[in-house]
Amino acid sequence: MDLAGLLAFNVVTGIATLVLITLGLGVIYGMMRIINLAHGEFMMLGAYTAVMASGAGVNIWVAMLVLPPLVVGLIGLVLERTVIRFLYGRMMDTMLATWGVSLGLIGLVTTLYGNVVRGVSTPVGSFDIGRYGASLYSLVIVAAALAALVGMFLLLRLTKFGLILRATMQNPRMAAALGVAPNRIYMATFALGAALAGLAGGVLAPISGVSPAMGAAYIARAFITVLGGGPAIITGTGLASGLFGTINELVSFKTTPVIGDVALLAAAILLIRVLPQGITGRYLRRSL
Amino acid sequence: MSDPATPPLLAVEGLHSGYGRIPILGGITLSVREGEFVGILGHNGMGKTTLLRTLMGYLPATAGRVRFDGQDVTRRSSTARAKAGLGYVPQGREIFPALSVRENLRMGCLLSRRSEDETIADILATFPRLKAYLDRPGGALSGGEQQLLALARCLCGGPRILLLDEPTEGIQPSIIEEIIETLQRIGRERGIALLLVEQNLGCIAGLSERVLILQKGVITREVPPEVARDRALIDEFVGMN
Repeated sequence: MDLAGLLAFNVVTGIATLVLITLGLGVIYGMMRIINLAHGEFMMLGAYTAVMASGAGVNIWVAMLVLPPLVVGLIGLVLERTVIRFLYGRMMDTMLATWGVSLGLIGLVTTLYGNVVRGVSTPVGSFDIGRYGASLYSLVIVAAALAALVGMFLLLRLTKFGLILRATMQNPRMAAALGVAPNRIYMATFALGAALAGLAGGVLAPISGVSPAMGAAYIARAFITVLGGGPAIITGTGLASGLFGTINELVSFKTTPVIGDVALLAAAILLIRVLPQGITGRYLRRSL
Repeated sequence: MSDPATPPLLAVEGLHSGYGRIPILGGITLSVREGEFVGILGHNGMGKTTLLRTLMGYLPATAGRVRFDGQDVTRRSSTARAKAGLGYVPQGREIFPALSVRENLRMGCLLSRRSEDETIADILATFPRLKAYLDRPGGALSGGEQQLLALARCLCGGPRILLLDEPTEGIQPSIIEEIIETLQRIGRERGIALLLVEQNLGCIAGLSERVLILQKGVITREVPPEVARDRALIDEFVGMN
C-alpha cells in the first residue's frame, strides 16, 4: 500500500515535470508552427537565473518562480525581434536559426560561468508516505505545472488577448483585416513560450544539475510530448504528459530510468503511428 | 446618395499587381465615393479577387496608387488599412472555424469605437438569424450563415467601405436575397460604401449604382446596373458563357 502510494506520487510528479518542460515549446510550436530548437537552452537560462538570483541573496521562491520567466521571456522577446521574425513561414530556416541560437547560448553561458554543474538547494524538506520518504519539493513541481496549465487555459479562454491569439493562430490574414497586427501577436507568443520555458528551468533547477548543456536532457522528451499532444496545446500537453509520464514512471520503477525513457520513446512512436496528428488531432479537436 | 462633386473615398490609379512574376492586374483605375455602391463584374480568372486582395494589402502593388480618404495607402499593411476603415469580406468567408460565432463577432469588434456588448447587440438586430448560433463554432455553420457572419463581423468594426468578394458564391437563393436586402439597408442607414466583385448578375444589379466590367486585369467599360440585368448584353460585354 505504501509502495503504491509512493508510485502514484512519482507518477504525478513525472506527469507534472513533463507538463512543465513541454508547455513553452507547445505554445510556440502550436501557435506559430515554429520548431524552437533553443527550447532546452531557454530552460537552462531559467535555471541559471534561479541559481544566480538565489546566490545573490534573492528569496528562493522569487528566484525560482518569478525571475526566471521574466528574464527568459525578455530574452525570448529580444530573439524574436532580432532573429525569428525574419523567418516566419520558413520552418527549416527557423529550425536552423534556433539551433544556432541554442549553440550560441550554450557557448555564451559556458564562457561566462564555466562548464561546471551548479545547484540550488531545495527550499522544502521531505515527508513520509508510509514507510517511504518523499520530497515535498515534488509537490511544488506539481503545483507549478498545474498553475501553468490552468493559467494558460484561462488566458486563452477568458482574456481578449487569448481570443486574438487563437484567431491569429487560425487565420493571421483575416485577423489582420480586422485590425490585428499579427507580428505583434507572434512577438508576444514567442515571449510567452520563452517565459514558460524559463519557469520550467527555474522550478526544476533544485532537482537537476544546472550546467550549460542541461537543456539537452529535456528537449527530446518535450518534443515527443508536443507531437503526441497534437494541435490543441493545453489539452494535448496535458493528455500526452499524462500518458507518457505514467508509462515512463511505471517502467522506470519496474526496471531502470534508462529503460523508462526507452519505453516513453517507444510509446510515442506507437502513438504517432496510430494518431499521426497527435491525440488532439483525432479526439477533443475543439478543445484548447 | 453620392454627389459627384465630393472627392472619392477610394481612388485607385493605374494599379498593377500579380502573383510572383505573373501579372494579373494591368492598370486598374476606379473610384468609389462616400456611401456609393460600385459593382465589378467579370468572370473567373479576370482578376476580381486579386484586385480586392491588392486593395487590402495582401498582395503588393507593383505599380500604381491606392488612395483612401485622401491618404496614400499603397504601401500600408493590411492592419493599417483595416484601421483606416477598409472592411474586407473575402471569398470563402474565412470565418475562424474553431471560434464560436460570438467570438468571431468579438474579433470584429476590435476596431469598434463603442463597447463590445453594444456593437454585438446592434449587429444582431441587423442579422437576427445569427442569434440562435452564438455559442456554436463558426466552422459548423452553413455556407450562407457563414457569409452572414462574415458580413456581420466585418461591420462590427465600423468600416467606411466594404470590399466584398463574391458573397453569393455557393449559397442558397434564400440567403442571397437576405444578403442583398441587408446590404441595401446598411448602405441607407450607415452610409457605408461598397465595392462588390461578383459574377452573379442578379446580385450585382440589385446592389450596384454603377457596374464596371473587368476583363483580363483591366476595367474595360462602365455600364448602368439595368444593363447587368440583361444577360444577352452582358454576354456581349464580358464574354461570359
